[in-house]
Amino acid sequence: MTALHEMTLSGLKAGLDAGEFTSVEIVSALLGRIESLDPQLNAFITVLGEAALADAARADEARARGDAGPLCGLPIVHKDIFCMRDVRTTCGSRMLENFVSPYDATVVERLAGAGAVVLGKTNMDEFAMGSSNETSWFGPVKNPWDPACSPGGSSGGSAAAVAARLAPAATATDTGGSIRQPAALTGTVGIKPTYGRVSRYGMIAFASSLDQAGVITRTAEDSARLLGVMAGFDERDSTSIDHPVPDYVGELDVALDGLRIGIVRQHFDAGLDASCAQAVRDALAELEKRGAVLTEVDLPNLDYCVPTYYVVAPAECSSNLSRFDGVRFGYRAKDPEDLLDLYCRSRGEGFGAEVKRRIMTGTYVLSAGYYDAYYLQAQKVRQLISEDFRRAFADVDLIAGPTTPTPAFRLGDKTDDPITMYLNDIYTIGANLAGLPALSAPCGMVDGLPVGLHLVGPHWSEGRLLAATHQYQQDTAWHEAAPEAFR
Amino acid sequence: MSLDNEQVQHIALLARLRLADDELGETVEKLSRIVDFVDQLAAAPTDDVVPMAHPLNAVQRLRPDAVTEPDDRDHLQQNAAAVSDGLYLVPKVIE
Amino acid sequence: MKGQWEVVIGLEIHTQLATVSKIFSGAATAYGAAPNTQACLVDLGYPGTLPVLNREVVRMAAMFGLAVNATIAPRSVFARKNYFYPDLPKGYQISQYELPIVAGGELFIAGDDGAQKRIGITRAHLEEDAGKSIHEGFDRQSGIDLNRAGTPLLEIVSEPDLRSAREAVAYMRKIHSIVRYLGISDGNMQEGSFRCDANVSVRPRGQEKLGTRAELKNLNSFRFVERAINFEIERQIDVLEDGGEVVQETRLYDADRDETRSMRSKEEANDYRYFPDPDLLPVEIDAAWVEELRSALPELPDAKRERFVAQYELKPDDAEILTASRALADYYEAAVSAGSGAPQAVGNWVIGDLTGALNRDGLDIAESKVAAEQLAGLVDRIADNTISGKIAKEVFDAMWAGEGSADEIIAARGLKQITDTSAIEAIVDKVIAANPGQVAEYQAGKDKLIGFFVGQVMKETQGKANPGVVNQMLKAKLAG
Repeated sequence: MTALHEMTLSGLKAGLDAGEFTSVEIVSALLGRIESLDPQLNAFITVLGEAALADAARADEARARGDAGPLCGLPIVHKDIFCMRDVRTTCGSRMLENFVSPYDATVVERLAGAGAVVLGKTNMDEFAMGSSNETSWFGPVKNPWDPACSPGGSSGGSAAAVAARLAPAATATDTGGSIRQPAALTGTVGIKPTYGRVSRYGMIAFASSLDQAGVITRTAEDSARLLGVMAGFDERDSTSIDHPVPDYVGELDVALDGLRIGIVRQHFDAGLDASCAQAVRDALAELEKRGAVLTEVDLPNLDYCVPTYYVVAPAECSSNLSRFDGVRFGYRAKDPEDLLDLYCRSRGEGFGAEVKRRIMTGTYVLSAGYYDAYYLQAQKVRQLISEDFRRAFADVDLIAGPTTPTPAFRLGDKTDDPITMYLNDIYTIGANLAGLPALSAPCGMVDGLPVGLHLVGPHWSEGRLLAATHQYQQDTAWHEAAPEAFR
Repeated sequence: MSLDNEQVQHIALLARLRLADDELGETVEKLSRIVDFVDQLAAAPTDDVVPMAHPLNAVQRLRPDAVTEPDDRDHLQQNAAAVSDGLYLVPKVIE
Repeated sequence: MKGQWEVVIGLEIHTQLATVSKIFSGAATAYGAAPNTQACLVDLGYPGTLPVLNREVVRMAAMFGLAVNATIAPRSVFARKNYFYPDLPKGYQISQYELPIVAGGELFIAGDDGAQKRIGITRAHLEEDAGKSIHEGFDRQSGIDLNRAGTPLLEIVSEPDLRSAREAVAYMRKIHSIVRYLGISDGNMQEGSFRCDANVSVRPRGQEKLGTRAELKNLNSFRFVERAINFEIERQIDVLEDGGEVVQETRLYDADRDETRSMRSKEEANDYRYFPDPDLLPVEIDAAWVEELRSALPELPDAKRERFVAQYELKPDDAEILTASRALADYYEAAVSAGSGAPQAVGNWVIGDLTGALNRDGLDIAESKVAAEQLAGLVDRIADNTISGKIAKEVFDAMWAGEGSADEIIAARGLKQITDTSAIEAIVDKVIAANPGQVAEYQAGKDKLIGFFVGQVMKETQGKANPGVVNQMLKAKLAG
């Protein structure tokens, strides 16, 4: 029999349904792996040992009663950006090092309601601001494929945990690529749904108009399984949209025949690693073989994506993070001289350098005299970028390309120049600006490191993205590759 | 350098962030690079373009006027560093 | 010297909307709860929480807009006003900036020259209130109570059309009356449900350009508005006449010292960095909803006052007083329709004895111990000469004390007026016979003594004789 940690969520579900093993057995096995292997990775900020075992036991009882929800007894991990009642929720920051959430995020509540068992909270860039997981107050996460490399970020802990078979599935969030880039760099599947698809309630905000929760798994099928539970209208989030949730798992078998896939000319310009380009082209050829029709599309404003993002996201974050003032929750500086000192030192000491830079960038672009030139102009360019996508989706069903310009980079390589780090997200940011669903799936290896294929669809086309990936995964085995040290 | 020390200090004050002395130089340098980078937006052709605040063209939903949140003060104040008689404490506010 | 200066005032009135829950959360808005017991996750700005707009505040703001003949924006937007303060949990206040829900209204007040004067309303926008800081009782610390954080406010901004403290107060009273007529605010100033900031400047008469203004903060009574503005006008004129310059600043009115003083702390490096709140979507109000609200608008103070003058032939000043609140006007109309028609007399009683008794006992018209029907019964008994006006006051006091209707009290206390001339004649004769000295003086030309004789007769009858009849009869007999 396959070892429990080698099994996908779907495989574990089948085994539980067939009575081959129990949830307690799965959870014990994975907790054991986390204990022995995570010190090499630092993928977890908090491990929920006893609580997870208790939940697993309850799930086994529920199953025995014939009362099993869709994810009953299945192990998952949460990115530590999701508030979980009575559990420490740090967002990767010293600011929230001792913050115990008094409530559950909607995502947490829905997954728990479906019977999922949470093994722990995963490491991340501080407040999701980073593309390498190096901004975490709890230290960087290492890439299971090469511990000298970054797993990407900000959902680096979730991606590394899934890639290293410490958990079959993880929640994650994506503001500019924070699900898809780490998925690409760790050889996992990561999907960021349409903006408004999954509730943001209880997900600590970075940039409200860009943030969206999604999942990281090993297969499209597992993503479909989880997303189906997480998605849907939530009256506590004004930006949540009341749009029906299709049966993502049921739609996985839709064939690729006639699916029009757009290739973006600009994606293959200078900047893209040649080996990565080849892996992506091979994947496209594979899709074509299964009936997809490839055409070229144009995203003329692609180069504006990163600068637009680095105005909009910091502007929103500068305001979203003002609530961390040392008064009601979070880090509070010792012995403040006065109110101003309480604010400035609590925030100066509680936030790390990258978060402070983004808050200051955002403060600057919103300040008197600069608003029109930066913030308003960025909002207009955001419209242009969205129009590019609208035009493209008039002709194609999906857009495909690379997720990142290169495979995983070495830890420390990009920390000196923020711009170099920011440009790592050049292919992923557009989907956030336009609110589109997008997915990264493993499609090759370069020098022992995974490469990601990036798919973007029109609003509400998560089912199509998942089905195309599922079809691709029927004929290919990139998603089955596991890093040697974690087989 | 597109930003100077004084500007960065002013931004830091607006954002209520104390920068340690050894942080300032690097902050000025990196923020300047970011500002230079986003300056390229000025070249985008945005005449007559409507600014986009939200990715979806949706409208605010309205909830009924009903009290749904009971008092949970003691639980909610467990995260606060300084509380007295149900009040959050801060250094004296001078008006 | 004063005559050469023109005063320019604009008001920003903050009205707390009368909802049961907050503007963006389901926490209660009740006044006076223990600290922080009405501050939920959303109000506290807990990480991950999000605002959802209360439908009722949108309805109330639109009602106000319709009442002042303004445009209801088909699409309005919430923005964040960013600043740090302990009573502002998120570090920003959710307000409206570029696209407010109400724009371009007007109302009319009696201007300083006595004529009707139009005051423009620039806009009215929705926003959340802040909490409050408590400074007493802590050593070098302040305590923060966030119960009020997130309470819905409608900020009503006037054009700088007001030219005196008196006009400012008249405008504020009119707004106060409108929001209470609409039932969108309790207007309770002690509890802070209705307060205002005043922008005050002066300029040489004839100059077009506005002078530099000072903003007076948080004026929470009509009296303070008047006094603060008057103090500030004097101060600015003194500064200018001494050759100085008025500084643009925020000033706080100190009621104890009756002066305004600078709040420099508020001025320091303010840059609110307004931008559209990405957690909220544009608010749309369609034409059908506006029409539904329009048809639900109650009769408003001005229309009611004019109707009272026309329908009840009231003196305009009395009509103004009687329509100041909807409850008072309703009481008045109930009393008029319950009686047999003496609208001015009913009005006099409501404005006079009834209001006096309410004020004395600190009661609201809704809590009046004399019902409208009772008051109508009293006025009717005066009109039909059953009792005199003087006896009526006694009957009113008895009604206030809960002794029943006017008729019951008149019967129980035997207060019915004596109109039988033979009965009165006997008493008149008795009084004349008992006071020969005064009779002689009267007959010698001391006419004023007639009052003495009337008084004696009224005393004998315990006030129940009809004073007109007594007067006439005495004059005839004494002349005899």
